[in-house]
Amino acid sequence: MSEYELVIGLETHIQLNTVTKIFCACKADSWEMEPNTNICPVCAGLPGVLPVLNEEVLRKGVLLAYAMHSEIRNVSFFDRKNYFYPDLPKGYQITQYDMSLGNGGYMDLFIPEDAGATRRVSITKLHLEEDAGKTKNAGSERLIDFNRCGVPLIEMVTGPDLRSAAEAAQYLTRLRQLLRWLGVSEADMEKGHLRCDANVSIRPVGSTQLFTKTEIKNVNSIENVRSAIELEYERQVREVEAGNRIQAWTLDWDDEKNELKKMRSKETEADYRYFREPDLLPVRLSDEWIQAVLADFPELPLHRKQRFLTDYHLTEYDADLLTTDRQLSEYFESAVKVYGGDPKKIANYLMNDVLRMLNESGKSAADTRLTPQYLADIVKMADAGKINASTAKNLLVKVEASGQAPNEIVAAEGLGQVRDDAAIRAVVEKVIAGNPKEVEAYRAGKESLIGWFTGQVMREMRGKADPKLAQEILKEILGS
Amino acid sequence: MTMQLCDTPAHELSILLRKKKISAKEIVESCLERVAAVDGRPGSLDPGENSSQDNQSVHAMITLTAEKALAQAKGLDDKVARGEPLGSLAGVPFTVKDIFCVKDTLTTAASRMLANFRAPYTATTVERMLAQDGLMIGKVNLDEYTFGSSNESTAFQPAPRNPWDTNRVPGGSSGGSAASVAAGEAAISLGTDTAGSIRQPAAFCGVVGIKPTYGRVSRYGLIAFASSLDCPGPLARNVTDAAMLLKAIAGPDRQDATAVTKAVPDYVGVLDQGVKGLRIGLSEDYFKIVYMDAETGEMLQKPVPDEVRAAVYHAAEILKAQGAEIIEDVPMPNTRYAIPAFFVISRVEAASNLHRFDGAKYGYRTAQPKRDLREMYQATRNEAFGLQPKLRILMGMYVSAAQYSEQYYSRALKVRTLIRRDFENVFDPGSSYHLDALLTPTTPTTAFEMGAVYGDSVLMQYADQFTVTANHAGIPGMTFPAGLGADGLPLGVQLLGPDFSEPILLRMGRVFEEGTQAEAWRLQKPQVLRGLA
Repeated sequence: MSEYELVIGLETHIQLNTVTKIFCACKADSWEMEPNTNICPVCAGLPGVLPVLNEEVLRKGVLLAYAMHSEIRNVSFFDRKNYFYPDLPKGYQITQYDMSLGNGGYMDLFIPEDAGATRRVSITKLHLEEDAGKTKNAGSERLIDFNRCGVPLIEMVTGPDLRSAAEAAQYLTRLRQLLRWLGVSEADMEKGHLRCDANVSIRPVGSTQLFTKTEIKNVNSIENVRSAIELEYERQVREVEAGNRIQAWTLDWDDEKNELKKMRSKETEADYRYFREPDLLPVRLSDEWIQAVLADFPELPLHRKQRFLTDYHLTEYDADLLTTDRQLSEYFESAVKVYGGDPKKIANYLMNDVLRMLNESGKSAADTRLTPQYLADIVKMADAGKINASTAKNLLVKVEASGQAPNEIVAAEGLGQVRDDAAIRAVVEKVIAGNPKEVEAYRAGKESLIGWFTGQVMREMRGKADPKLAQEILKEILGS
Repeated sequence: MTMQLCDTPAHELSILLRKKKISAKEIVESCLERVAAVDGRPGSLDPGENSSQDNQSVHAMITLTAEKALAQAKGLDDKVARGEPLGSLAGVPFTVKDIFCVKDTLTTAASRMLANFRAPYTATTVERMLAQDGLMIGKVNLDEYTFGSSNESTAFQPAPRNPWDTNRVPGGSSGGSAASVAAGEAAISLGTDTAGSIRQPAAFCGVVGIKPTYGRVSRYGLIAFASSLDCPGPLARNVTDAAMLLKAIAGPDRQDATAVTKAVPDYVGVLDQGVKGLRIGLSEDYFKIVYMDAETGEMLQKPVPDEVRAAVYHAAEILKAQGAEIIEDVPMPNTRYAIPAFFVISRVEAASNLHRFDGAKYGYRTAQPKRDLREMYQATRNEAFGLQPKLRILMGMYVSAAQYSEQYYSRALKVRTLIRRDFENVFDPGSSYHLDALLTPTTPTTAFEMGAVYGDSVLMQYADQFTVTANHAGIPGMTFPAGLGADGLPLGVQLLGPDFSEPILLRMGRVFEEGTQAEAWRLQKPQVLRGLA
């Protein structure tokens, strides 16, 4: 099978996380709302209504277009795509056709199998449009929910540039990261914020021709996109090897059975009779306006990762992890700045403890109560020996829970590390007196028991003792 | 016959009400009496045969909103009694073309498709008229979905008839609006103009009609025909009343992205500023109709009747006497392509605008049990759309299909640009003509006979040849009555001006009105009013 190469293009629909819909004042997000409770005459397409463009949609569109290296057109247009379907209340979708907001563009991917090499995935379409409603069959009835009508979408289509299921998955992972990074979409595939159709064909390795493709629809996770493409690759290879021609089918991903089902064969392209939407003015974006939108355009994840590698000497793995999420990376940098010491230490705390805490609470790095300042304070206290490592870890949880400053908690709860020789000595003597058998064994040569003794002392002192000092005193007294 | 309240100009009614000389209740009752006297039975889907009485009635109404009007009048009279401030249309009775949505009121578009449709919201224009204390008497008939120039295509029959001669059409598509105002059923009416649908029926019925600059008046709540051409606007019996209504409805609307944010001038306040020094053009391209022979495809032309030309020249004389400058032979070479271009553009937009009427959500749905959705759509649309929507859908689908779109639609858009350029060339202050307005006939003929042209939608369309150019160009146009033809029917004259020149056009119209007060034709009343006590 290895003599066939996969050729994949991805068509994504990205739901923008604006407050209101694209052409009316209804809320954009109607997740878990009762059907048809988040609609108005405009999004329900009643006779006589008119669309009015939500400017926020343009801002988010410009951010994404810029991130995708797409040319942002100063003048773009909305068009009508005409077709009949019950969940499309106007009988046409307002979309952008030939003069869309973004023109061209690309995303560079690292090829997993070939370290250092990149694949440039071209963007052939980047346009704004309104979402349609949802249709559900219930027995002989067809139910329509218009809540989703008019939710702002960006449709983004790649060229046939991806060469493996893993690359397709990576593209989606990178895209999802980017959408969240830019704050333009929640990008949750399960909730349909990010939808993906895959166009898949195969060809003999070495060929540059494009062969008949099939279109895979309704895949709701990145993992499933990968599986669906792999399955379709195998099917197409089997067909070709058996001497059959690939038909231009549309395939539906069955989430429960993890398999592809044929939805329909595509005979001819539908004619949507596109024409300019006369109810909306041309979208005119001045350079000044675009510059203002891009004024606080963030450093993108890949750049930030590179910078973390060089500026902070992190490992590849650490830098990658710390830049998965924009808030996390910003948290890291602020903590490093306040801390002033070895960034690696902050990174360790973040990756070993803080991330786990955040995962458990479901909070983002931006809204944790353990601020970068507090984290830096805790690490500094540990560095200075004011608290020991386990106290430091407990402190993270306590600060997050209470929102109190770490030094206040240390003072109030007496968590400061005990380095008082006499105090430790008293406890050591108590432990030795209480464990004659172990003392005998130690003195008989079982020196490995020193760890056990140290543990006992630490427990007696509720973890506050300086463990090194405790051990020294133990050795001194046991050895005498 | 003494002047009844329903025949009293809107601006006078408003003053009389403020002076407490009359009540809103009296105004409404006067209008309802008039409706009862001349309108005959309202349009319905199952009219049966016309009686001879039917043939002598106006039939402007689809839905008479008598109870609402009386309730509104009561509210207004209470307001007057309490000494509260009143709106600019206080006490002014009006009708609304039944293409505008009015909350909880039937909004039929004169189509079987929407015969049972009660809008859940009110159009911006109607909302504004009500907010200014206007009194809504009823919703009036039109060509189905505004598709026509005679009003005969309405699904609600009997169709409106011309109050000046009930054997003639009132024109269309705002036929009910023009007829209701001419017959004194209301003082003013809200219509729409996509190719001349305000101006042509206004001319046929001897009233004033204004198609404002595109974007001057919000389209929100107007069931669209051709969105890039549709303009709501006033019909009234005199220039002042038309100005009053335009003032009430014009202005930005955050529900309509194409409504301009430019400030609204005081259209009434400027009326008496005269026409001294204004430059008014006459164009030979507006004194002939050019049409295509249906068999040979050859372009033919026919001059307008002498009386039509004479009416325009007479208006020019009146305006000249008041200080306007008349410039003849103004070239408007692309006028002849306006109708074919309109055919294409309007039908592409109309076909798309009609997509939403599919039986799934509101309005008509076929009663036949259907196997699948597509069959339901087909049966619903086949049963509920009349001939005119069907013709428009067929042609609209054809000329916007991928393989024909370039050849028809794109070309039509280019023609549209050329028509706009014709106007820019003569209105531009830097041009050699630098006109303030163009004076033309509104229609090539007076109102035609019922049944004479209907069915020939090509010929019908040429009734709009002089008006449709303003819709293509987006500029304002105004028609005003300028005499009677040999057949005793009103002749209309039209002014076309640059974008937002409504104040200038209104001033010219007012000067003509004043200058012709003493002329004999002014004393003539429409046929249906002649026998009234």
